[in-house]
Amino acid sequence: MIWGVLQFPGSCDERDALRACEIHGDGARLVWHESRDLDGVDGVVVPGGFSYGDYLRAGAIARFSPAMEAVAAAAAAGMPVLGICNGFQVLCEAGLLPGALLRNVELRFRCHQVELVEEGSGERLSIPAKHGEGRYYAPEETLDRLEANGQVAYRYADGHNSNGSVRDIAGVTNERGNVLGLMPHPEHAVDLLTGSTDGLRVFDRLGRGAFASQGDGKAPRG
Amino acid sequence: MTVGTPKYRELGLTDSEYELIVEKLGREPNDVELAMFSLLWSEHCAYKHSRKLLRRLPTEGERVVMGPGENAGAVAVGGDYAVAFKVESHNHPSAVEPFQGAATGVGGILRDVFAIGARPIAILDSLRFGELDSVRSRHLLDGAVRGIGHYGNSIGVATVGGEIYFEEPYEHNCLVNAMCIGFAKTADMVRAAAAGVGNSVVLMGASTGRDGIGGASVLASAELGEGDEAKRPTVQIGDPFEESKLMECCLELLEKGLLVSLQDLGAAGLTSSAGEMASAGGVGIDIDVARVPLREADMEPFEIMVSESQERMLAVVEPDRVAEVRAICEKWQTGSAEIGTVTEGGLIRILRDGEVVGEMPVEALVDGCPLYDLDPAEPDGWIYGNRQTLAAGATPEQELLALLSAPSIASKRWAFEQYDSIVGSRTVRRPEQADAAVLRLPEAGNAIAVSIDGNGRRVACDPYEGTVEAVLECAQNLACVGAEPLGLTNCLNFGNPEKPAGAWQLDRAVSGLADACNALGVPVVGGNVSLYNEGPDGPIYPTPVVAMVGELPDPARVAGVAFVREGNAIGLVGPFEPSLAGSELAKQRGELRAGLPRSDVTSVAEACEVVRAAVRAGKLASAHDVSDGGLAVAIAESAIAGAVGCEVNVEHLRERGAQPEAALFGEGPGGFLVSGERAALEELGATLLGEVGGERVEIGAGDRSLAVSLAEASEAWRSLAAQAEGDGA
Repeated sequence: MIWGVLQFPGSCDERDALRACEIHGDGARLVWHESRDLDGVDGVVVPGGFSYGDYLRAGAIARFSPAMEAVAAAAAAGMPVLGICNGFQVLCEAGLLPGALLRNVELRFRCHQVELVEEGSGERLSIPAKHGEGRYYAPEETLDRLEANGQVAYRYADGHNSNGSVRDIAGVTNERGNVLGLMPHPEHAVDLLTGSTDGLRVFDRLGRGAFASQGDGKAPRG
Repeated sequence: MTVGTPKYRELGLTDSEYELIVEKLGREPNDVELAMFSLLWSEHCAYKHSRKLLRRLPTEGERVVMGPGENAGAVAVGGDYAVAFKVESHNHPSAVEPFQGAATGVGGILRDVFAIGARPIAILDSLRFGELDSVRSRHLLDGAVRGIGHYGNSIGVATVGGEIYFEEPYEHNCLVNAMCIGFAKTADMVRAAAAGVGNSVVLMGASTGRDGIGGASVLASAELGEGDEAKRPTVQIGDPFEESKLMECCLELLEKGLLVSLQDLGAAGLTSSAGEMASAGGVGIDIDVARVPLREADMEPFEIMVSESQERMLAVVEPDRVAEVRAICEKWQTGSAEIGTVTEGGLIRILRDGEVVGEMPVEALVDGCPLYDLDPAEPDGWIYGNRQTLAAGATPEQELLALLSAPSIASKRWAFEQYDSIVGSRTVRRPEQADAAVLRLPEAGNAIAVSIDGNGRRVACDPYEGTVEAVLECAQNLACVGAEPLGLTNCLNFGNPEKPAGAWQLDRAVSGLADACNALGVPVVGGNVSLYNEGPDGPIYPTPVVAMVGELPDPARVAGVAFVREGNAIGLVGPFEPSLAGSELAKQRGELRAGLPRSDVTSVAEACEVVRAAVRAGKLASAHDVSDGGLAVAIAESAIAGAVGCEVNVEHLRERGAQPEAALFGEGPGGFLVSGERAALEELGATLLGEVGGERVEIGAGDRSLAVSLAEASEAWRSLAAQAEGDGA
């Protein structure tokens, strides 16, 4: 599997994502934000950072980039798309994922290792989180629908929801399950030397369509 | 401006300096020239009270790639790679407006590093504030931490370490020193010297506005006093997004070999960068201010020349490559303008639409400032205050908990969690996991360790010995992660050098720095000086902040601070001779006075080597240098970090002349607290103190023996958040 990693002016974690994709797949390349061509990749990562400075609202400008048009089209065709942190914010702004990311309840940027629980399997993952606007929010009826559809992919474990996300949600998918947004950083958990390798599981599951199997409105499976 | 005061005095020049300028020009300077001279002849740019002293420092070494005089120093780290690093102060701007002051401090140090073609990979910060029970100090701390996080997080460079001290003398004059580490292919690095007559001078990045005008002379070279709010407009505003684009753009230009030289615009803006580039290259430069992209159309030539607008770089480019350079700037959506030319003859000429509005010999402007000898005199005893915060008759338990919760000693997690410490995927040890930050360099096949230190209180007690200790502490921190020192940089934060006591502190500290570096064989590859750090109540503690970079072969074999395994032996390595002089305990008892015991640098260096070798061989489970709060605090820190207790006895230290109290809480260089298999510790020649285990920290010390629960110790050590937010003070 060849991954493409979008690069906006102001992206910060694009090289980390590139490296993680190289470890996970068969190769990876950067895709410049002005490119409408995804260059034949099999999956896309919209990385963390502060695209275009994020002075207006996180992800508000990046969603209009030519590369995001290409990502929207590819996502509609079923390509795996992973939005991490700022990438999650961009995918929400672009309407590819439901909900929004608001400022952390403590109103401070926070960088720390968090425990996530994978919905369905109950698997626990230790992955770093680092953001100032990571509080997941969606209206109650949307949340009910997401849960019924099995679109909640990851939740913060008890005591690890430091940003105040509703229902402890850390990551959600689209209905089809091929687009995943995650606030913590799986690309920073691919090597024991720098922390953990739990993040590779996220790339792996998205790459093989494991989140898609949940989108049937029934109780989530593993 | 006060009526009757000559303009040059308002700009910070003395009468004799002004006369010298007139003599060098052969006439009175006009406003443009006067503005430029006043900035480049300021303390901040000319180092006029420190340059002579700095000649004492050793700057040579076989690993040195770039030494003092460049935008940043650099050392070879193996393969074809080099690590660049520099630390710089942004004290006075931060005291006026902490968020922007600290943010632009980070922005400035990043530019220094990518200016030489190195990609910034890490930031560290050394901060000093007044005591946390002061509203002002909490405001400054909060603003500075947010500002550092804002800039570093947004630009995507990991903030991997640093230190924060809280002491009364920093109440009105906080210190914000930022350090950046860069990584480069040695062949891609570039110097700042302009070269090639006829080459174009290209200004890249943000447009130029009125922000920061006069910052270098008004803010950086005068004591702070009343009415500082009026100076707020002279503090620059940072834009990390602009810098992110500029950084990527410059690194791409350098990688493609499109630039002859590159220089950042910092203090004194275009004046200093153009002047220094011309001076270093032995050439002249013409700058046409009409070609500088402006934020406000009606700016005067002098304003354009001295503006400290952030996120700008100046490059020298061969004329036939200018189009290519500008195309890459466009790709990164960063501004570029051809504003001048490299000329023959050594003149810096300022033009507006072709008309000359200022003309000065580069040599006079950049190197002509007179250098002053200091007039040092040792003050009579302790010149700072004493404030008792610990009740007389406190038990050893109360003393330990008071030390652990002292803001200078307590965990700085509250601060460092506001920083992205992992972006870049190089961070092998996150803040507080080990005594030094460790960054892997897969390209070079090894890793580097970085430590930044400088306990101003101890330097105030004894400027020479305190500075030696700062260097030793860095070396010890590196040894704890198995790293060997490669080079050192520093930022000398001192009071007014024109006062005899301030001059004496500076003089003695530089001697201590030189002697310690010589003894350890570590070259000084750069530095920064910040003088006139005084508030209405007097000078700050003299604060030489020392930053050391070392190399280690295998990042997987880095010892941490934490005790790891129940049953492991705990030992003390090194020539540690604890004394209460200048200690945190002496501070809390209100018993600070002048003087520190002398340390034996050679035997500390030998101990560093022993610990380094043991860490590299994987023989130690933990290694932690004994620092603020003494051995008892070091023991408690290792226990808290490992979430496991211990039972030790420190009475052996009586043999080193330390009474039980000093054995517990006395400070001094040369001590390593290590844990591991008993046989391994015996092999090192460690003094065995006890064992890891249980849920209490129990320390035998004769009639001062103590025992606290791990939970109590941990709660005290983790109390900074409450104190910083003002709910615990």
